[in-house]
Amino acid sequence: MVELKDYGSFETAWCPGCGNFAILNSLKKALVACGLEPWNVLMVSGIGQAAKTPHYLYCNVFNGLHGRALPVATGAKLANPNLTVIVESGDGCVYGEGGNHFLAAIRRNPDITLFVHDNQVYGLTKGQASPTSEKGFVTKAQPEGNHSRPFNPLAVAIVMGATFVARGFAGMPEHLSSLMVEAIRHKGFSIVDILQPCVSFNKINTYAWYRERCYELPASYDATDRMKAIEKAMEFEERIPIGVLFRGEDVPLNEYFDAVKNGPLGQQPVDYEKLQHIIAELA
Amino acid sequence: MHKLNILICGEAGQGIVTIGEMLAKAMVRAGYFILVTQDYQSRIRGGHNSFCLLVGTQPLFSPIKTVNVLLALNKEGLLLHRDDLHETGIAIYRKDASLNLPGLAVPFQELGSATMENTIALGVLSVLLGMNEGLFVQLFQEVFGAKHPEVLQENLKVFGMARAWAAAQQVVMNNPLPAPMPQEVRRLMLNGNQAIALGAMAAGVKFCAFYPMTPATSIPIFLAGHAKDMGLVVEQAEDEIAAINMAIGASFCGSPAMVATSGGGFALMTEAVSLAGMTETPLVIVVAQRPGPATGLPTRTEQGDLEFVLHSGHGEFPRAIFAPGTVEECFNLMYQAFHLAEAFQGPVFVLTDQFLADSYRAVEPFDLSALRPVEWGKDTLTGIKVPYRRYELTENGVSSRLIPGMTNQLVVADSDEHTEDGHITEDLSVRKAMVEKRLKKLCLVFERVLAPQYLGPDSADILLVSWGSTFGAAIEAGEELRRQGRSVANLHFSQVWPLNAAHFAQRLRAAKRIVAVEGNATGQFARILKAETGIAAHDYVLRYDGLPFTAEYLLNSISKL
Repeated sequence: MVELKDYGSFETAWCPGCGNFAILNSLKKALVACGLEPWNVLMVSGIGQAAKTPHYLYCNVFNGLHGRALPVATGAKLANPNLTVIVESGDGCVYGEGGNHFLAAIRRNPDITLFVHDNQVYGLTKGQASPTSEKGFVTKAQPEGNHSRPFNPLAVAIVMGATFVARGFAGMPEHLSSLMVEAIRHKGFSIVDILQPCVSFNKINTYAWYRERCYELPASYDATDRMKAIEKAMEFEERIPIGVLFRGEDVPLNEYFDAVKNGPLGQQPVDYEKLQHIIAELA
Repeated sequence: MHKLNILICGEAGQGIVTIGEMLAKAMVRAGYFILVTQDYQSRIRGGHNSFCLLVGTQPLFSPIKTVNVLLALNKEGLLLHRDDLHETGIAIYRKDASLNLPGLAVPFQELGSATMENTIALGVLSVLLGMNEGLFVQLFQEVFGAKHPEVLQENLKVFGMARAWAAAQQVVMNNPLPAPMPQEVRRLMLNGNQAIALGAMAAGVKFCAFYPMTPATSIPIFLAGHAKDMGLVVEQAEDEIAAINMAIGASFCGSPAMVATSGGGFALMTEAVSLAGMTETPLVIVVAQRPGPATGLPTRTEQGDLEFVLHSGHGEFPRAIFAPGTVEECFNLMYQAFHLAEAFQGPVFVLTDQFLADSYRAVEPFDLSALRPVEWGKDTLTGIKVPYRRYELTENGVSSRLIPGMTNQLVVADSDEHTEDGHITEDLSVRKAMVEKRLKKLCLVFERVLAPQYLGPDSADILLVSWGSTFGAAIEAGEELRRQGRSVANLHFSQVWPLNAAHFAQRLRAAKRIVAVEGNATGQFARILKAETGIAAHDYVLRYDGLPFTAEYLLNSISKL
């Protein structure tokens, strides 16, 4: 039996009151609820405060480059389909620097889970606008206010055919943990965008701001209705729905490769007889 | 040796490559040696493309400019290449090109439909070259086979008509090829990129991610074509950044992994080259060079990215760079690249170029019996201190490499500076130890460096220094000069980094004049040699017009030094 203590407890580099603490705890609880041993879990992250998360629990870790966690995770999952592969990074890393990989991961549908700590600001570089910052958001880098409209990751994910699209809130950790469990168990690419106040650099989207707006989707909500889901994903300014916005089905990437069906690639022998045959055909 | 140079040219879309490849294969099967130079434009239709097939009775190394048989499927090609035609050469062209040239004016329209032009051309060529019809019948059967019997029949009919027409013209080659030497084993017709893909498979590659870019694309395409048989994953990524990061993820999880690209695509990969260096993830990176800067000449050749590859990626970390000179070396060095990457846990480059990538040769089948798959992360818990530390400091800098999920130990890798257990750190004494750990691994790479080949007298007036695909032209030019009684030697490098001066510095010092032969405009390798040995080249023969070196080009340039 896996227990919470198996995932350890570490000192962090985060600001007191940061939403990351709640997300980390929710994650550990979710991994325990899924019955996953730390050595069977691979956490892949990019760069940013959120991307440090994998260092603060026991698991396999690949803490790579800014924006590039999704391709690393995709390659890792194809190489060893037995691993539970989770990408954990921030809004700047996933939606900004790694935007193309975000779109491609949705289309490709690898059997991995993406948790985005979305605090609508760059924390590690001390407070510039992020892809999800609201228009007009004032920072030292955008003293006249941010000119760009915010990226809507969940609407994009739903439109592009992602099969598990959810939103959580760091201020509702139990609910978040249950979303994470569902996301990890989902077959194919799953994304949970996690609203997370940045206590140091975002004085607009505070705990109070989110609490005022966030509400749980009712039990009657039909998450298989794509058009309804898009509508829910567009709802952000006055009220923000929390929960599984969309759920569907599609063939995960792994299943397109015969080799991956046979387990970890590196464990499979090299068929020199077949290679000899391929070579002979070139005569 | 008697050689025959056949140039087939026309617009893109006219089937130049189809004719060339079938003729080349027929030649290889007949027992000849070949060397193909493909010159094409970055377009799918129109323009001007050529497929140059050099045939001989012994192994060939360097392309030749002078043409013995010129087959032009359009008038432009004929005009463009007729000056290359040897005085005893024969031109084959369209009757409607209405040029008063010695040769064969082929009435294509009378012999078959427009879509059959390449079959007609093959028929005419086969008669002119005195080749057995059966060789071609067999090839048509292999191409169209049981799948398209009606297409096969139509082609055979037209091919026969074209042969009959050509035979009736009674044109005789002045200098026909002598009969080939008997083949002990059936040789392969193989180009550099195919050999690279085969070498990767022989080493046990299991994962390749790529974004299409000429002239590297045919490597992943070849792998994809055999993915099911060989149990490979070949994935087209959204960009080169994703491709290399995927490969790093796969490698980290135990799969021998590679990427293949060209200069511009590689530029996008460089941050991740540094990632492979920092996380100590083995990876094989093929860079098939083409002329830059920027998009440059997308389908032509150059050796202009050596310094770029050598210095790619921020920070300091060990790497190795191979530069194959022949199709056989493409296979062998690719195989070695995987073994070396795993041995020191870092990036290994195979630096090729468009000329070698597309150059078909007749190659003895590779002997696989002594080959073994790379042991990619096959370390086990035996003898490992637990809890496992991915970056344990060791004497030679190489730490044991466990694979996530394969044991109950945790594997932690970080692009940040990290502690022995892989976690992010800003402890500056750890930083210093880790820099030294990573750089120590260069010794291991250094111990295995391939010595350059030296040909010629021990002390020569002229020493031709070359690397990579320039091999053939440099060796052939060297041999020709030696035949003429000149004091000339060749020093050729198939590994261009790191360099072990003990292997060759004496040769440099012994030479009166060192001539750097490189397919770039600034003598990049000569600069590296100087930095490593303190010895500078005296002269340079450089080529950067997008075309490969030929022995003629070199001889001509050397005569002017």
